Amino acid sequence: METTERSFDTNVQLLKYKVIKGVVEHFDKGTLESAYRDIPLAIAPGPKPTMRCCVYKERAVITERVRMAMGGDRENPNAVEVIRIACDECTVNRYHVGSACRGCIAHRCEHACPTGAISVHDGKAHIDQEKCVECGRCATACPYSAIMKYTRPCENACKIKAISMHRDNSAKIDNDKCIACGACVYQCPFGAIVDKSFVLDALTMMRDSENNAKYRVYAVVAPSISSQFSYAKTGQVVTGLKKLGFHSVVEAALGADMVAYDEAAELVEKGFLTSSCCPAFVAYVKSAFPDLADHISHNPSPMEAVARFIKRTDPTAKCIFVGPCTAKKMEFRQEACTGIDCVITFEELQALFDVRGVTVEHLEESVLDNASYYGRIFARSGGLSDAVAQALEEHGITKERFQANPIACDGIEECRTALFKARKNMLPNNFIEGMACIGGCIGGAACITHGPKDKSEVNKYGQLAKEKTILDAIAVTRI
Amino acid sequence: MEVYVCIGSSCHLKGSYDIINVFKQQIAQQQIEDKVNLNASFCLGHCQNGVTIKIDDRIVTGLNAENAAEVFQKEVVEGLKKS
Repeated sequence: METTERSFDTNVQLLKYKVIKGVVEHFDKGTLESAYRDIPLAIAPGPKPTMRCCVYKERAVITERVRMAMGGDRENPNAVEVIRIACDECTVNRYHVGSACRGCIAHRCEHACPTGAISVHDGKAHIDQEKCVECGRCATACPYSAIMKYTRPCENACKIKAISMHRDNSAKIDNDKCIACGACVYQCPFGAIVDKSFVLDALTMMRDSENNAKYRVYAVVAPSISSQFSYAKTGQVVTGLKKLGFHSVVEAALGADMVAYDEAAELVEKGFLTSSCCPAFVAYVKSAFPDLADHISHNPSPMEAVARFIKRTDPTAKCIFVGPCTAKKMEFRQEACTGIDCVITFEELQALFDVRGVTVEHLEESVLDNASYYGRIFARSGGLSDAVAQALEEHGITKERFQANPIACDGIEECRTALFKARKNMLPNNFIEGMACIGGCIGGAACITHGPKDKSEVNKYGQLAKEKTILDAIAVTRI
Repeated sequence: MEVYVCIGSSCHLKGSYDIINVFKQQIAQQQIEDKVNLNASFCLGHCQNGVTIKIDDRIVTGLNAENAAEVFQKEVVEGLKKS
């Protein structure tokens, strides 16, 4: 069937999708208890292995994936976990002598090494890994560039250094540092680090609503949806969500409009502010820059703002966020998060559509329009800064009275640089837009695809909004 | 009396906010603030026929900026008199 093979960036995502699909199928059939047995057999039927050393290891790993798809370790507050048996235990040695080594006469590498870890014999340089302190001087010294630096993909992806190694060489996440951005999830070539899924919680919530009769279930969709499901129109995806059983589909971007408006006023009042939209960025400020935590905007995230508003209009409502973000899976379980009841990702939504036979590309289009252009462009780096500048104008705050000088930090490394400067009072800006993912939410770890066109898709989607100003969009929230 | 104006996407595009404004105006003009509670609601399930409102448990559809004041008079004000 055409719909079973979706295009993901990598086969690791495809594998995750297959597992989620399996779990949803078992939920629908009421056979969850046999999911642990059936799904591994269905995905790795054997007799020949396709991913690992043998089919038994493959099945063992898939069993762990099923566990993650069913919610993972509920005691673990982190949304991201390592499947230890799936970790290929990539080598931990940082420096390697490659095939370009000619076993030369000069031995610059040997002389450069401060610990005597390098010796040259059998026509090649050798590194004694016991002595190596990973300073990298050998690599710099070699005229052939024959000594290579090697970093594990997960460690390399984790720019805040929350990943280290267990004694058995499997990856270990430091939960005190981890911000659940999901960069490692997306980068691990073996899919050994996974965001746990709350898809069963979402399905149970919908089932127990008895077709929205007992309470209504709302889908709060992230604006980055416009860059996903590239094979269908956003309006078709909205129809698809309703077919899955959501009472109504509401744009998280309306929450972004609300946040932008209030955040602009907060900025004027406080003089210096960091954004509060990206839960990974907020977690990062709190853990790595606790001295700056007071400057985090007191506004809720757009997801949370709009969910609280929905609950104001419908107090028994349940709100499920659908987005590109693994960190939202952490945010919604925090005590302060009273609006959103569950979070699923685009990857997971794709699996839901396919299990339920919802071929969105063949559906009629529904409309999705609650937010303004500015709320919608929150999905990409720089959008929030633009929105706050616009909101200042709409507040009637003149440039003579207050001049906003935002810095849009694209990715957690840029965030770190700006925060360091802010700590030292060396940051010329008075507003830090912090986005943990490169590109903003369109670069989110749980996006189905990541591509260069995504930004223009978001801008296009922004321009389609009926409301052109923030105030016009949020007017409905201020009756 | 609880009056809900649908602000779901479909009604939003058909001008929910205009209806809200007309209703607000009417409520102020007729000084019935204490009798009518104006609310927003996401999707009242009648996406095809103009803006939808709900008066207590009764659905009224097909509102637009032109007929909003008239509908308000007929459905809300008259309704108040009856109750």
